[in-house]
Amino acid sequence: MSLSTKEVNKIAWLGRIAIDDDKIEAYARDLSGILDFVEQMSVLDTSTVTPMAHPMDQTQRLRPDHVTEENQRGLFQANAPLVDAGLYLVPKVIE
Amino acid sequence: MHNKTIAELSQGLQQKQFSSFELTEHFLNRIQQHNDKLNAFVTVTGELALAQAKGADARIASGQSNALTGVPIAQKDIFCTQGVRTSCGSKMLDNFIAPYNATVVEHFNKTGAVMLGKLNMDEFAMGSSNETSYYGPVKNPWDLGTVPGGSSGGSAAAVASRIAPGATGTDTGGSIRQPAAFCGITGLKPTYGLVSRWGMIAFASSLDQGGPMARTAEDCALMLQTMAGFDEKDSTSVNRPVDDFSATLNNSLAGLRIGLPKEFFGEGLDPEIAKLIHQAIAEYEKLGATVKEISLPNMNLSAPAYYVVAPAECSSNLARFDGVRYGYRCENPKDLHDLYTRSRGEGFGAEVKRRILIGTYVLSAGYYDAYYLKAQKIRRLISDDFKQAFQEVDVLMGPTSPSVAFRFGEKSADPIAMYLSDIYTIALNLAGLPGMSIPVGFSKNLPVGMQIIGNYFSESHLLNVAHQYQQVTDWHHKAPAEFCDEKR
Amino acid sequence: MQWETVIGLEVHAQLATRSKIFSAAATAYGAEPNTQACTIDLGMPGVLPVLNAEAVRMAVKFGLAINARVASRSVFARKNYFYPDLPKGYQISQYDLPVVGKGKLNILVDGEVKTVGVTRAHLEEDAGKSLHEDFHGLTGIDLNRAGTPLLEIVSEPDMRSAKEAVAYLKKLHALVRYLEICDGNMQEGSFRCDANVSVRPKGQQEFGTRAEIKNLNSFRFVEKAINFEVERQIELIENGGKVVQETRLYDSVKDETRSMRSKEEANDYRYFPDPDLLPLEITADFIAEVHTSLPELPDAKRDRFKTHYGLGDYDATVLTATRELADYFEAVVAEAGADAKLSANWVMGDLSGALNKAGLEIEQSPVEASRLAGLVRRINDETISGKIAKQVFEALWESKDSADDIIEKQGLKQITDTGAIESIIDQIIANNPEQLAQYRSGKDKLFGFFVGQAMKATQGKANPQQLNDLLKAKLQA
Repeated sequence: MSLSTKEVNKIAWLGRIAIDDDKIEAYARDLSGILDFVEQMSVLDTSTVTPMAHPMDQTQRLRPDHVTEENQRGLFQANAPLVDAGLYLVPKVIE
Repeated sequence: MHNKTIAELSQGLQQKQFSSFELTEHFLNRIQQHNDKLNAFVTVTGELALAQAKGADARIASGQSNALTGVPIAQKDIFCTQGVRTSCGSKMLDNFIAPYNATVVEHFNKTGAVMLGKLNMDEFAMGSSNETSYYGPVKNPWDLGTVPGGSSGGSAAAVASRIAPGATGTDTGGSIRQPAAFCGITGLKPTYGLVSRWGMIAFASSLDQGGPMARTAEDCALMLQTMAGFDEKDSTSVNRPVDDFSATLNNSLAGLRIGLPKEFFGEGLDPEIAKLIHQAIAEYEKLGATVKEISLPNMNLSAPAYYVVAPAECSSNLARFDGVRYGYRCENPKDLHDLYTRSRGEGFGAEVKRRILIGTYVLSAGYYDAYYLKAQKIRRLISDDFKQAFQEVDVLMGPTSPSVAFRFGEKSADPIAMYLSDIYTIALNLAGLPGMSIPVGFSKNLPVGMQIIGNYFSESHLLNVAHQYQQVTDWHHKAPAEFCDEKR
Repeated sequence: MQWETVIGLEVHAQLATRSKIFSAAATAYGAEPNTQACTIDLGMPGVLPVLNAEAVRMAVKFGLAINARVASRSVFARKNYFYPDLPKGYQISQYDLPVVGKGKLNILVDGEVKTVGVTRAHLEEDAGKSLHEDFHGLTGIDLNRAGTPLLEIVSEPDMRSAKEAVAYLKKLHALVRYLEICDGNMQEGSFRCDANVSVRPKGQQEFGTRAEIKNLNSFRFVEKAINFEVERQIELIENGGKVVQETRLYDSVKDETRSMRSKEEANDYRYFPDPDLLPLEITADFIAEVHTSLPELPDAKRDRFKTHYGLGDYDATVLTATRELADYFEAVVAEAGADAKLSANWVMGDLSGALNKAGLEIEQSPVEASRLAGLVRRINDETISGKIAKQVFEALWESKDSADDIIEKQGLKQITDTGAIESIIDQIIANNPEQLAQYRSGKDKLFGFFVGQAMKATQGKANPQQLNDLLKAKLQA
C-alpha cells in the first residue's frame, strides 16, 4: 500500500500535525512500509469471526448520579498555557 | 544495601537493621552517582522521598507498617504523580505538573513506599528501545552502547543497575517484558484489568497494563500486591478479590505442564537465545514439569494486528494534546490551525507522529473494516489460540525477545525492524493475558530473558513458577560490574 | 412546478442529571467559568470515563415513552475531531448500537393527527462553550458544560412543512419535560434543534439534497428558518442552480440562513468503539422497573381529560400541553367543586392571558391553583357574577388574598335578594319616566338602558339573570 504525499498531507491535517515539506516523503515511505506490513492480515478469511474489543467479557458499570468533584480551577489552570478570567484562551475561532 | 532485594530490604526495615531514611539516602546517592551514565531518571524527587522516608520510619516504629513501607521504588514517568512533573518522555508534557495521583501511585503512597523519582521511557510508551524519549536515550547498564529495551527502559535500567530496588512499568506490546529481558531483571505484565489505568497516561487503552519490575519474582509479587485491585474510576478495571500473590510462591512445580509454542522458536530467533531457553526449560523439567510443543497458529498476525489497533487507539488518545489546556504550546500561533498543528508537530517526536498518522489512516473513512475491524477479529483468533493451548498446558514458555539488546541506532532507521523486536510479546496484550520475563542467562555478554505466559488472572501461579526457577539458579542475582561495587 | 418540502429534525436534549455523564462534576447552569470542570472534563492525561446511571435511566424512559425498542446492548463510540471546546479531541457518543431504536411521536397539525417517526436516540457528552468577545482577538473556552449528558433524538424525514416541524418539536419538548429528563430551557441551551431541509418535485421518490440549519433556539426561529430555507432552495433550483449539502446558520435578525464560512471538506469523524468503556447492557428487569416509574404521558392525559372531565379535544390538548399546566388545572378542579369546563375556561382564558402578558410560566403564576379554585367556586355558587369575577381575579393576581377575602373587602357579593333588586328597579323606573314611556311604546332597545342603570346603581353586583327577569316583569307592568 503506497501512500502519496497528498494522502499523507490529508492524514496529517486530520491529525492536526504539522509536517515540514522536506519530511513528507520520508513519512510517506515509513507509513507505506507500515501499511504493507499490516497488510498481512488480509490473507486470512475472518468473515465469521466476532471482533474482540476487550479481553474481558464484561459490561459497563454504572455510577450513581452524585456530585463529588469540587472546584479546583486554580490547581488545574496552573498548567495552562494561557488563561484569563478563568477561561482558556486560544486564537480566535471563526465560525 | 542496593544488592538486597525488596523482600530483604523490607525485612531489614522491619528488623530495624537500617531506617528508611538511610536506605533512601543511599539510593539517592547512587542515583546521583550513576544516573548521568544511564539517563534512567527524568525527575529525581529527593526531598519528597526523604520526607516520605521519615514518615515511613515513624510508621515502622509504631508497628503500623506493611511489606513495602519505607521501601524506595521509582515510578515510570507515565504515572501521574501529584505535584511532580509527569512527562511521559515527551516534550509535550515537559512542563506538566500532574494535579492528581494515579491510582497505582496512591496505592504505593498509602502503603508507605518511598518514591525516588520518575523514570525515563520511550515517548508516550511508543518504542522498544527507549530511543524515542525527549530526554534522550536510556543506556543499558550491561553495555552502555546498547539499548535497555522499551518503552520501560528507564525502569529496567534503574533496577538492573541497582539505583532503585524496584520500579513500575507499563506494557502495551511488551514494554515491561522486553526491557526486563534486555536488562536481566524480572518483570510482570498483569492480566488486563487487574491494575487500574486511572492516572496512567493512555497509549492504547485496550492493551495498556501497569506492572512491577524488580530483580526477583518474590519482589514482583510484593509490588503487584500493592498495585493490583479493582478501581471504580476505571471502567475496564475488573472487580474480583485480589490474590495473595506471595502465598503460593513456594508451591512445588511437580506436574506443571509447560507448552512451547512452536511459532516462538522459528526463524528469526537467535540460536544462542534458543539454547538458553531450552536450558531453562531443562531446569523446569528437573523441578518436575513436563514439556510439550503446542501451536498458536495465528501468532504471525499478532504484530500486524497490533500495529493497527495500538496506533488507532493512540491516535485518538493523543488528540487531547493540543496546546490549549496544558502541555506544550507553540510560540505565537497565528490562528487555531497553527496552534494545533505546530504544538503537536513540535511537541511530539517522530515515532509518536508516525503512529498517530497510521492510526488516523486506519480509522478513516473507507478503511475501518479493512484495518481496525479486521485487526479486532485477528485479536479474537489469537485469543482463541491461547484458550485452546491452555486446555492442554498450564503455562507457555519461550524467548521474550528474538535478540539481545541491540546497539543504539541499529533499528531506529526502520520502524518495522523495531516493531519486530516485540514479536513474542505482543500477542499477550491483544489477548489480555498475563506474562513475565525472567533472566535465564547471557549471550554475547548481554542478558537473555525467558517469557512465561499464564491464563487469565494466574499471576500467583506465574510468580510461583518464576520463583521456583530462581531458587535453583542465580541469573537474577547477576549485576553489571560497573554498577555493582559490593559483592553479594 | 409543485414542490414538496422534506424536513428531518435532530434535537439535542440536555439531560437533567446532577452530575455529568462520565464524571462526578456538577451540571448546574450559570457557574463561573471552568469551576465545574474536573480532570475528566478537561481531558487531562490519564483520566477515564465512568457512566452515570441516571443518564441511562433517562434515555430508557424516553425510549419507552416513544414506544421505541430499548437496546439490550449498546456501545459508546468516539467521534474524533478537533475544536477548542472539545477537550479530548473526541466526543464520546454512540454510533452503531444506540441505546434507543426506532420509535414514534404523534403530532396534531390543523386538527389532524400525524405520526412522525423517530429513527433513534442516543447518549453522548456535550462540549464546552466558546466565548468570542472581550479577549483581544482571542477566544475564551469555558468547559463547565463539557461532559453534560445529551440525548440526541433523530427524527425520520417525515415532516412536510415548517408547521409540522414546530408541532413535532413542541410535542417532543413537552414530552421530555413530562418525563422530567430535560428542563427544556431553550434560551439556556438545554433543548437544541437542528433542521435538515430539502425540497423535491411533488411525486418524486428520491430526496433532494439537504442543507442542515443549526443555531435554532426557539420554535419561532425554527419555523422562520425552515420557511426561508425552503424558498431559497426552490428559487435556487428554479434558476438552474443546485442545492449544496452544507451546514447553514439561521440569522434571526435578518431572517435568513447563511452558509457557515467554509471549513475544509466534511469532517471524517473516524468513529470507533471507545476502548475505555465497556458495552452497556440493559436488562429486561431494568426496563420494566423504569416502565413502572413513567408518569402519565401527554397523550394518555389528554384522553383522560376528555373522558373524565368531559372536555373537548381542543381544551384537553391545550391543558395537557405541559405537565405543569395539566397539574395546575387538575388542582383547580379538585378544589373548585365546579364543572370542569368553568375551571378550564379560567385557566386557559384569564389566567393564561395574564401569564402571557407578564411573560411568566404557569409554575411562576402569582395565583396559586387553590386561590383560583376559590374564585371558580364563588362563580359557580353565584356569590359573584362572571363579570365581577374578573375584578376579583385582578385582585388575586395583585395580592395573596383569597377570593372570599377580596369579595368581602370590596363588597363584591352579588345581589341576589329579590326584594333589594326590585327596590332598585323601582327607583330607576321612577327616575326615568321618559325612557319608561318609550320602552312601553315599543322601543325594546331601551331594555339595555335600564339594565345599565341598574348595574350602575348596584356597582355591577346585581345578579344578571335575576335582574333581567325582575326588570322585564316590572317594565311590562
